Parts: sequence; structure tokens; C-alpha cells
Amino acid sequence: MDNRQKEIDNLKDYKYGFTTDIENTRAPKGLNEDVIRFISNIKKEPEWMLDFRLKAFERFKQLKEPDWQKPKYPKINYQDLYYYSAPKSMKDKPKNLDDLDPKLIETYKKLGIPLQEQKRLNGIAVDAVFDSVSVATTFREELTKQGIIFCPISEAIQNHPELVKKYLGSVIPVTDHFFATLNSAVFTDGSFAYIPEGVRCPMELSTYFRINASNTGQFERTLIVADKGSYVSYLEGCTAPMRDENQLHAANVELVALDDAEIKYSTVQNWYPGDKDGKGGIYNFVTKRGLCKGKNSKISWTQVETGSAITWKYPSCILKGDNSVGEFYSIAITNNHQKADTGTKMIHLGKNTKSKIISKGISAGFSDMTYRGLVDISSKAANSNNYTQCDSLLMGNKCGAHTVPYIKNKNSESNIAHEATTSKISEEQLHYCQQRGLSAEEAVGLIVNGFCKEVLQQLPMEFAVEAQKLVGISLEGSVG
Amino acid sequence: MKEQLQKDFDNTIRNLTLSQKDIEIKKFYLDNFINKGFPNRKEEDWKFSDLKQIIKKNIGELAFYSDYTSTNKVDTSAFVDGLEHNKIVFINGRIEKIDFDYEKKDQIEIIDQSETINKFNNNSSLSDLNSAFTNKSFKIVVKKGYQLLKPLIIYHTTNSKIWSKNINLRLNFELYENSSLRLIDLFRDTSEKNFINIFYNFNLKENSILKNYKVDKFENKNIKYSFNNIEQDKNSVSETFILSSGSNFCKNEINCNLNGKYSSAFVNGIFSLNNNKHHEIRTIINHLTENTKSYQLIKSVLEESSRAVYQGKIFVNSKAQKTDGYQLSKAILLNKDSEFNAKPELEIYADDVKCSHGSASGSLNEDSIFYLMSRGLNYQQSRELLINGFLLDVVEKITDPEVKNLIKNMVGIKE
Repeated sequence: MDNRQKEIDNLKDYKYGFTTDIENTRAPKGLNEDVIRFISNIKKEPEWMLDFRLKAFERFKQLKEPDWQKPKYPKINYQDLYYYSAPKSMKDKPKNLDDLDPKLIETYKKLGIPLQEQKRLNGIAVDAVFDSVSVATTFREELTKQGIIFCPISEAIQNHPELVKKYLGSVIPVTDHFFATLNSAVFTDGSFAYIPEGVRCPMELSTYFRINASNTGQFERTLIVADKGSYVSYLEGCTAPMRDENQLHAANVELVALDDAEIKYSTVQNWYPGDKDGKGGIYNFVTKRGLCKGKNSKISWTQVETGSAITWKYPSCILKGDNSVGEFYSIAITNNHQKADTGTKMIHLGKNTKSKIISKGISAGFSDMTYRGLVDISSKAANSNNYTQCDSLLMGNKCGAHTVPYIKNKNSESNIAHEATTSKISEEQLHYCQQRGLSAEEAVGLIVNGFCKEVLQQLPMEFAVEAQKLVGISLEGSVG
Repeated sequence: MKEQLQKDFDNTIRNLTLSQKDIEIKKFYLDNFINKGFPNRKEEDWKFSDLKQIIKKNIGELAFYSDYTSTNKVDTSAFVDGLEHNKIVFINGRIEKIDFDYEKKDQIEIIDQSETINKFNNNSSLSDLNSAFTNKSFKIVVKKGYQLLKPLIIYHTTNSKIWSKNINLRLNFELYENSSLRLIDLFRDTSEKNFINIFYNFNLKENSILKNYKVDKFENKNIKYSFNNIEQDKNSVSETFILSSGSNFCKNEINCNLNGKYSSAFVNGIFSLNNNKHHEIRTIINHLTENTKSYQLIKSVLEESSRAVYQGKIFVNSKAQKTDGYQLSKAILLNKDSEFNAKPELEIYADDVKCSHGSASGSLNEDSIFYLMSRGLNYQQSRELLINGFLLDVVEKITDPEVKNLIKNMVGIKE
């Protein structure tokens, strides 16, 4: 018991809150065409990529920031941000890990992401993104043998332009909403994965995002393409230092699954949530969208959202191919002054398409949580099915839990079922656990883990263990 | 539209004897409406039903002035048979008859509020329109401890004398302690292409009971909007039943504020639609104090290219511990062109609550049809039996046996 208590004490504070003291190269402050040209130039991008960015920027200038979301935030001054920041030592990318700045290696070691491959016990290929650049990608050779491309997107733009050109912006076009378009204009780095026809990716692919520099926004872009009959499981993790100011994170993630392909995308989001009084923290405004382009394809989103001052995202599936499947499993936990407005969109276009949504929300302290989702079965999507379940758990009467589903059924042969409940942990359950020797906090942890189990089961093993711990830590101090 | 509104407004004012101050207030509402116009899909509450477009497509130009100086003949054959009842008769928007013959005279008070401007607690453009143009409005007060012996039926009749007109109605009801009222809104229209805009306000004092039934059953080409605001004190009960079927377009909004402990609200509804009809029910139940309860059940049967929308919201504020809120909507789509949209919403700020909602839509269950056919029914019969049973579930929720029978007969539901 003592050891466990110690462990909890250690974890009580946000343990990823340190900063790495490293010299940075930055783009000039502000958002304008020159900054976009600067980013494009420093990335040595071809002409078409610059055009893509400028087109997005043109469109961005016409767009108005949306304000329909539940968590309101003070206006962001987009001219007061640095849109590019990278460690100086990364100017010419080191050829291998030995040349990498030791400070960076140290940072990732602290974060628990070992970059030295020889130390790896199990095979997870990691692409580590530090502020605006990717610093290292592991296991590349082994993946190349199978024909899998896994590299930073800036490299992919140079080495595989035909693939990037074909798929970039095909799911989230440059004409999309405010934050997605901003990302299209100024995105800096991210991961690119291509799984060739018929290949089952032998290991989990993973990206680890780290915001380090202050006054920056992180705009990464991830593109995953699963060719016919392939399978890939992809993990994403994120942390940031503790700062009093709010930082913006506006990423775009595009997934494309062709015939019979399957993509499993898991996120454990643990950005800095701000302190107890709600000061600081990350604004996590992310656009994630998957396109089931081919027949029998499948995209599955799993997310554990515990961090960020404000989480505002709706990982979506467009079920275009016949018989395609979309899944969404989510746990969102808000504590103290955190706010979340998250959910999913399932857009059924093809015949016999199926989708499933399991969402678990837990709010404690002064936090506020909203599930917002759309299920849209179009008139052509005959024989389609959706099942949605959203459960919310409230701890205390200072917090809020809301459910706002939009359900549209335009096809008489299709079925939609939706269920939602809101409740609290019952006194009986707590009493039962405490009677058997657990402290109040441990009892709550146990019950909450049970509540979330359906979603935690969907995570790959290594992630599930971490996520389970995270769930416990996030609710620290919310009972008693 | 602006000139038309101004002109019609001046005509309306001329026929009323209002003080300068009241005219100013009415003008203020008119300006509000001119600024906002009819609600459209850009407004969250009208996302699924764009009234501006619907009026444009179905009616075109609307006129807002009606001449209420001459009386209309009340057609007694239209009254409901076999059920003794009190009556209020509206013909083309004009009150022709108020009749509480069955009740004790001193227990019910009818106050003419036409000359007083009473604010309506709703800042939508339609309430502005209503405030600017209502011609006569009454307040009906049920005194302490009095329970009406017979139900009150409000006949909303329109005939072919009016065309492309906007009609605005308003009634206020006040139910004092321990009183009760059964109210049936019955729509009988033979007119076409009018926009009818109705606002009711109910004030329920301690221990009072309101049973509120809205029946829009007969085929007509009108566009209707009805807003009911229900304020509830301690221990009061409100029961609302909506049969939404006859009009081309109809939107019913129920806003219920549970202000007193142990108050409860029930909203049940049926959509039975065909052709190109487009109907909506929107409910907002505000649980504002401890130990309140709400229950909602909405069922739809949609044929041809009809479309039904249900937006239901349960709001629980942080004081409203021990709230019990439940909401269920089910829809059967019988044609591939029919459509059902739902937005069941929960907004909860208290932790010791039991709130849930469910929504399901789909086709008739083929297995059930097979079961019935294997027992000798033909396809048509099996289908009818299933739909009957599906809707009966809601009708059975009506707590008043007399009204239940009346509505059963109207819908043609057999047991």
C-alpha cells in the first residue's frame, strides 16, 4: 500500500511539466504570407506545396472563428504567435540517432519515450515531434523492408510527392473550417504512413508530440494511407510543459482506407491541463477525419482525453465505401477548470455501412464536459446501422455534463439506436469498496476504471496500462 | 415584406383603442421582428426546419392584417359530440365564443387583456411578431381549489375566407392552488396557406394540475407554430399530449420550468405524417429545484416524403439534486423518402440525478410482420396492427379516460 501511495504522490503533479532548455530557430512572429513562405522555404518544399498553403491562407482570411462551441475562451490573437519553432541543432537533420542533440534524447527519456532502438523491448516504431519538427523516427529500416513508408511528413513531401499530392487534403480539404484551414496554411511537421497493398504492419506505429517552446502554436499534420487489404495500428501521445499562458494546438489528421483496409487510430492525450485555478494549459482544437474510401474498409478511433485546458474535437468517419465500418471509442475526463466539447461524426454514404459509438465522459471539480455527435444516414446508405451509447459520470455539483447528439435518418431500411445516461457514483458502491479496505480515492479509481473498461479494452496493451493510470491520476483530489 | 408589415401594422393599430405608450411598445416589437425576420436554419433551434424557406415556398407573400370587425357564424355541427365540454371558439383568428356553461360562474374569471401589453418570456422573432399583431388576448383564471367539471375545448377553425394571412393568437392561463384544468386544442381548418402563430402561457400554482392536449388531425395546407410556456410551482403536475398530423407544417414548442419542489412534467407526442408534411416538436424541460421529475415519449410513423423532427432538451441546474429526467423518441420510416431527425439533449450541472435519453429510428420489423403473417393476417393487416400498437403506447399515457377515448377515436386506434 505504501508503495502505491508513494507512486500516486509522485504522479499527483503533472510530471511532464518540465521545459527543455534548448536554442530555437523561430519564424518571425505573426501570420502572413511571408511566414508561410518562410516555413515552406525552411522545409525545402516544392512549389505545389507552397501553393497548397497559400490557397489555404487565402481561404483562411475569409473565414470567421466559430463560436458555437460550449467552452468559451478568450480571443486568440493569431498575430501574436510563432508559427514555427525548432531546436537549432535540427537545422540540418542528423543522419542517425548518435548525432542527435543529447538534450533532445534526454527529453524523450524523461517522457518515457526511448529513442535508442537497442533499448527497445517491444516493437513500436516512434516518430518524435518536438515543437515544429520531427526529431527522430525509429525502426525505419525494418519497416522499409515490407514496403511501409513511415516518416515525417516534411520528408514525405520531398521523397514521395506523388502519394502526398494524391491524398493530402483529400479528406480535410483546404476549404474546410477555420482551424483546419489554418493548419493547412501553416502546418509544420507530423507523420506520414503508407501501408502498401496486402501488408499487415508488423508493429504499432506511433507519434509522440511535444510542445516545448513558449508562445508557439503547434500545427502538425498526419496522413495515413492504408492501401488495399492492409492493416495498421497507430498511436499518438502528447505532452507539454507547464506554463501560465494558453497555447494553441491545431492539428489535422487524415486517414484514408482503401478496399478491405483497416486503420486503428489510438490517442492518449495528456497535454498540460492548466493549474488548479484554470490558469494556463493547452487549447486542443484538432480536426481528425477518416475516409473509408474502399469497400469493406474499417476505421476505428480510440481516444483517452485527460489533458488540455480545452479539448474541442470530433474524430469522424466518412463511410463512403459499401460495407465499410466506423468505430469511435472515447473516454474524456475533465477535472478542476478543464473543459471539453468532444464526440464524433459518422456519415453514412455507402450501402450496408455500420458504425458504433461508445463515449464515456467523467467530469469533476469545476469542469464542464459536452458530448456532441452526429449520425447521418443518407438516403443512399441502404441497410446501414448505427449504435450510440454515451454515459456521463458527475462528481460534485460544481461541474457539468452535457449530451448533444444530432441524429439524422433519411433511409427507411437503416436503423439508428441511441442511448445516453447521466449519473453519479452511488454511495452503495463506494461503501462496498471501502468496507473491503480501499480508501475513498482508490474506490473511486476502481469504479471509474470499471466505467471506462469498454473503451480501455480497445487500446493496445502498452497504452492501456498507461491510460488506466492516467484515468486515476486525472481524478486525483476530486473526492473526499 | 417590410412595407407590407408597416402598412398592416398601422391598419391593426387603427382598430384597437390603445394608449400612446402601448402603441410604442407594439412598435418596438414590430421593429424587432422586422430586424430579425422569420427564423431560418442558421439559428440552432431551427436547424432542421427553416421556417423562412417554408413560408416562402408554401405561401409566398404573407399579409398580416385581418379585419376583425365583423362576426363569423359559429357552426355548431363542428363541435365534438358525446363529450360535454366548455368552449372557446376562434374563427379565422377572431374569438367568437367563450362558454363556461358547465362551471360555477364565480370560480372562473376571464380577463380581457387586449388593451394591456403583457411581455412574453421568449425573445424569438415569432414572439415579437405575436406581440406586435395580437388583437385580442384573454387571461383565464381558475380560482383556488376549483376543479373544472368538464374539459375545455378550444376550437381553432379557419375557412376559405382567409388566404395567405398571418394569424396571431395569445392566451394566458392561471391555475390557483389546488385547481385543475383539462384543455384540448382542436384544429379544424378548411383554409389554405395561412401562417398561424400561437402563444400560450400557463402559470401553475401549488398542487394544481394541467392536462393539455393538442390535436392537429385534419388535413390542411396551413403552417402552424405553437409555443407553450408552463411555469410550475410546488407539487404541480403538467401533462401535455401532442397529436401532430394534419397541417402541412407544424412546430410545437413546450417550455416547462419546474420552479417548485416535487413538481413534474409529462410530454408525450405522436407524429403521424404523410405526403410532404414536415412537423417538429421541440421541448425544453428546465429542472430548477430539487426533487422534480420529467418524462417524455415521442413516437413517429412516417409515410411518403414526410419528415419529422424531435428536439428535446433536459436542463438540470446545480440546485436541482434528485432530478429524475427521462426522454425517449422512436420513429418508424415506412418510405425511403421519409426522414427522421432528432436532437435529444442533456445539459446537467448537478450530480445526484438520474437522467437518460434514448432515440431509435428504423423500418418496421420484418420479423414481426412475418410472425403475424404466419398466423393468417395479410401484409396490410399485419402492418396496421404493428403501427397501431406502436402508437397506442403513447395514447395510453393520457391520464384522462374521457379524452383518451376521444383521441383514440380520432386517430382510429383500436384496442
